[in-house]
Amino acid sequence: MKTLTALASFVALGLTTAAQADIKIGATVSETGPAAFLGDPEAKTLKMMVEKLNAAGGINGEEIALTLYDDGGDPNKARTFATRLVEDDEVVAIIGGTTTGTSMSIIPVAEDAEIPFISLAGAIEIIDPVKEWVFKTPHTDRMACQKLFEDMKARGITKIGMISGTDGFGASMRKQCLEVVGDYGIEVLADESYGPTDADMTPQLTNIKNTAGIEAVLNPGFGQGPSIVTRNYQQLAVGLPLYQSHGVASKGFIDLAGPEAAEGVRLPGTALLIGSLLAADDAQKPVVDAYVTEYTAAYGEAPSTFGGYAHDAFAILVDALTRAGSTKPSDIRDAIEATSSLAGTTGVVTMTPEDHLGFDLSAFRMLEIKNGEWTLVP
Amino acid sequence: MAELMQFLLSGVTVGAVYALVALGFTIIYNASDVVNFAQGEFVMLGGMITVFAHMAGLPIPLAALIAIAGTAAMGVALNKLAIEPARGAPVVSLIIITIGASIFIQGVAQLVFDKQLHRFPAFSGDTPISIFGATILPQSLWVLAGAIVVFVGLWAFFTKTLTGRAVLATSNNRLAAQLVGINTNWVMTLSFALSAAIGALAGVLVTPITNISYGVGIAYALKGFAAAMLGGMGVPLGALVGGILLGLIEALTAGYLSSVYKDAAAFVVILIVLFVMPSGIFGRKSTDRV
Repeated sequence: MKTLTALASFVALGLTTAAQADIKIGATVSETGPAAFLGDPEAKTLKMMVEKLNAAGGINGEEIALTLYDDGGDPNKARTFATRLVEDDEVVAIIGGTTTGTSMSIIPVAEDAEIPFISLAGAIEIIDPVKEWVFKTPHTDRMACQKLFEDMKARGITKIGMISGTDGFGASMRKQCLEVVGDYGIEVLADESYGPTDADMTPQLTNIKNTAGIEAVLNPGFGQGPSIVTRNYQQLAVGLPLYQSHGVASKGFIDLAGPEAAEGVRLPGTALLIGSLLAADDAQKPVVDAYVTEYTAAYGEAPSTFGGYAHDAFAILVDALTRAGSTKPSDIRDAIEATSSLAGTTGVVTMTPEDHLGFDLSAFRMLEIKNGEWTLVP
Repeated sequence: MAELMQFLLSGVTVGAVYALVALGFTIIYNASDVVNFAQGEFVMLGGMITVFAHMAGLPIPLAALIAIAGTAAMGVALNKLAIEPARGAPVVSLIIITIGASIFIQGVAQLVFDKQLHRFPAFSGDTPISIFGATILPQSLWVLAGAIVVFVGLWAFFTKTLTGRAVLATSNNRLAAQLVGINTNWVMTLSFALSAAIGALAGVLVTPITNISYGVGIAYALKGFAAAMLGGMGVPLGALVGGILLGLIEALTAGYLSSVYKDAAAFVVILIVLFVMPSGIFGRKSTDRV
């Protein structure tokens, strides 16, 4: 009996030590629901990277234990899961918030609990004003607008028409674009919209086409809308340069719109899309190549930009944990803020206390679709 | 003029999609007074199965046939597993069951298929057809033709065939129908199979225009339901006219007023019509025997 108790306590002790040795991190992403095509590659990326890191011996000899929740794109659920991650799962950092809505509802939980949180959503509100415990990896919508307008300015375009989705992404980007468009001497002469499930946008595009003086058309939106806009654009033979947003920066967009209709469409994308076109000495090339190879091998499909956001969030966290050498949330936070020249799929990240995103417009690449493939705009 | 023509053609394109979905509601409603909210999922299944069968290497016509047959089988399963066991429950309960089935089918679809958007090539290419300075894609004509064929088929089914009349009789009075020798269970199974097949056909035809993913069913069901209510629930002509009308109102509002008010305008028109004609434009007046 004595031996048995000793044995039991030994086993129990062994278990506890094993559990304590883990670094617990949490994530809540939208694996299902309307944002599933963003959240699904994010979840797959996180699972893949945790597995790979642990197989390679973890961080400073400690394994990562990932608790992953699916919030279905619902901000209320995201908040509940964030609370559960903090209170029950006792994680030291949170990755997640696939959409701006879910991210904004996780922020107060992370701030109150003083747990570092790396968001995967686009809106500038997440990091502006800077919040002590909140970081993010994707470009902001405003940066996408600026990149697009820079390209238009370079082509001598001064009058544009806009057709935006009324979903969260499209509406937010439309607002940001209208705020900065004046800085580039560009006028918006037509401002149309469409619903996220609409099947035909030819009336709106007809109005844009018939507005005198328009030199290019910009379509902020994601999901199925932009591919239908692109096809309708060809159907009506508008014949002006068409700009899409980073929301559709994936191979899938070319397939949905059809290579013929997508010919000549420009959009701001990340290095991830054009790994093979990157210069050999590009800091992002090894990271992008490794991620694309691993993801494709694991899931049999090419990763999307959104999976790349999760990749970068995890890379930033691992880098911070390694440098901090501690699992105290405040140490991790300080280490994240001190991230310097970390090459990710989205950009080369250098955080400061004033900048919780860590890169500028140069991280965006202007891409053009030619013959059904992405090409770099010189 | 070219402008108006483009708005009209856009309205017809969208309207034909709504009409085709609305027609799918007709049979089940006529057999049982149940508005089947899983109808949109049949549309989704039709599109998704075709996409995946096509990706597996089958030609599109064969993939479409498999999709329609598979979805019809799903319809039968829905009736056998969910509706029939609840026989005798009030219509409202049955409608709630269909909403549950819709959520269930959507959940299974995202596991069996995937969460990405898909499309397959249009049947007769993407070269726009020019009419009076406006353009329409050939695929829109396919959808329109599909809606008209289904409409004629349904009209003939309900007025010319004994089976169609048996369906109507089952709806009117299930007990009386049984007494005159109609196998009401069989009628229900048949109506679910047919409705599902029509939904799947809609999915096959509209996918090249609208793209397809596991989650589009609810949007289709709501728009198709609105179109069917506008035209008169259970009347094939109502579904056809209601769908096209809804599409036209949306396109004209988007064109002349503002795209922001598109959906609002459509629903205002539906409300006004239903105030004046509570059973829809072509709806049968309901009379209750006291």
